Amino acid sequence: MKVTKTLDAKGFACPMPIVKTKKAIDSINSGDVLEVLVTDKGALNDFAAWAKGGGHTILEQKEAAGVLTFYIQKA
Amino acid sequence: MTVNKMTAAQVARKVIENKELFILDVRNTDAYEDWKIEGHKFDYLNIPYFNLLDGVEEIIDKIPADKEVLVVCAKEGSSLMVAEMISDAGRDAFYLEGGMKSWSMYLEPIKVGELANGGELYQFVRLGKGCLSYMAISEGEAAIIDAVRFTDVFTNFAEEKGVEIKHVFDTHLHADHISGGRHIAEQTGAAYYLPPKDAEEVVYEYTPLTEGLTVTLGASQIEVGALYSPGHTIGSTSFVIDSQYLLTGDILFIDSIGRPDLAGLAEDWVSDLRETLYTRYRELAEDLVVLPAHFMIIEELNEDGTVAKRLGDLFAENHGLNIEDEAEFRKTVTDNLPPQPNAYQQIRQVNMGKITPHNDELTEMEIGPNRCAVR
Repeated sequence: MKVTKTLDAKGFACPMPIVKTKKAIDSINSGDVLEVLVTDKGALNDFAAWAKGGGHTILEQKEAAGVLTFYIQKA
Repeated sequence: MTVNKMTAAQVARKVIENKELFILDVRNTDAYEDWKIEGHKFDYLNIPYFNLLDGVEEIIDKIPADKEVLVVCAKEGSSLMVAEMISDAGRDAFYLEGGMKSWSMYLEPIKVGELANGGELYQFVRLGKGCLSYMAISEGEAAIIDAVRFTDVFTNFAEEKGVEIKHVFDTHLHADHISGGRHIAEQTGAAYYLPPKDAEEVVYEYTPLTEGLTVTLGASQIEVGALYSPGHTIGSTSFVIDSQYLLTGDILFIDSIGRPDLAGLAEDWVSDLRETLYTRYRELAEDLVVLPAHFMIIEELNEDGTVAKRLGDLFAENHGLNIEDEAEFRKTVTDNLPPQPNAYQQIRQVNMGKITPHNDELTEMEIGPNRCAVR
């Protein structure tokens, strides 16, 4: 998996992780992959629902030491 | 236009006073469908905040201009963002201070009635979670039953009323919410009582709450008496206060009955539940006013916001008290049960004193509806 862009949204509370992710997605091309790092646990369900709504694909998500990492492929 | 905050206490008054409110809930749809702010005259629209990042133009026509509009999210941040967008679009809007988290925690104390010689009985209604706690006071002394974990609310209330908390009871080991009982007892020097059959695994000291135990409050000797009433748990115990009120814990609610499965022993406890509801309670005076430890639906609230109903009326109207056939009763309370409350196994561990998570974790565990009942 080739990551086009990385967004560090650690420490930000809802709604900022999604707001920043949307901006970052708008700045990359279709098919590109955005890596997002967040610490807000609420992001888990919200990212899945947001990506589905926009047609984007979450290729992978993982959690380590309290940090959630999402790999989102732009539709 | 302006954005103002609304507190959980202000929302609670709107529920109790039957006021109108339009709620724009911006949490994700799963969270909204699972649990929301319930009001008799509230209208709702659920659109997740992440679908509104480009603005509210597309939904503004769905928001009534002639009602107060409250934007709600999990913790506050997203509701503030959306309320500002609505304001930019030319409408007034409120956001809920502290979000659903603060709604889940808010308690409204309401007087249920008078006890002999000037005593009073209060019900603490936790609207967001459906939990009900009680404080009986008489001539300088108080007893608390099924306190939720916000101990300050009870100790402050006792201070306001100028009473000393002498006895703190839990009707059973709770699985849906975290008890504040033993912490209040530690802070005030009161005795903490728990049914021993529910307390086999607890790691702290307590006073056994058993059938026939009575305590008295104040010089007028208001009596609080225990009645063993198993079925929701094996230790579940009810209280009769001043020969007027029957506190049923999680055994009998206004429009439903207790579920027997939250400690994993549904099959074993069905016959206890039946015995309690169909034999023990039948021997009591029908004029006793039933005060449960929960409500499940907003329709169970009386006009003054209390949750209370005459025992005789429940015998006539509550479906769970009117299943003549024992096999059918067994089926009702063991099949097709609603989902179990969020984190109920962890909550039991906390209430046993086995784990002591920090405050944020406790809040997370208690998120969602209580689900202690079977209809």
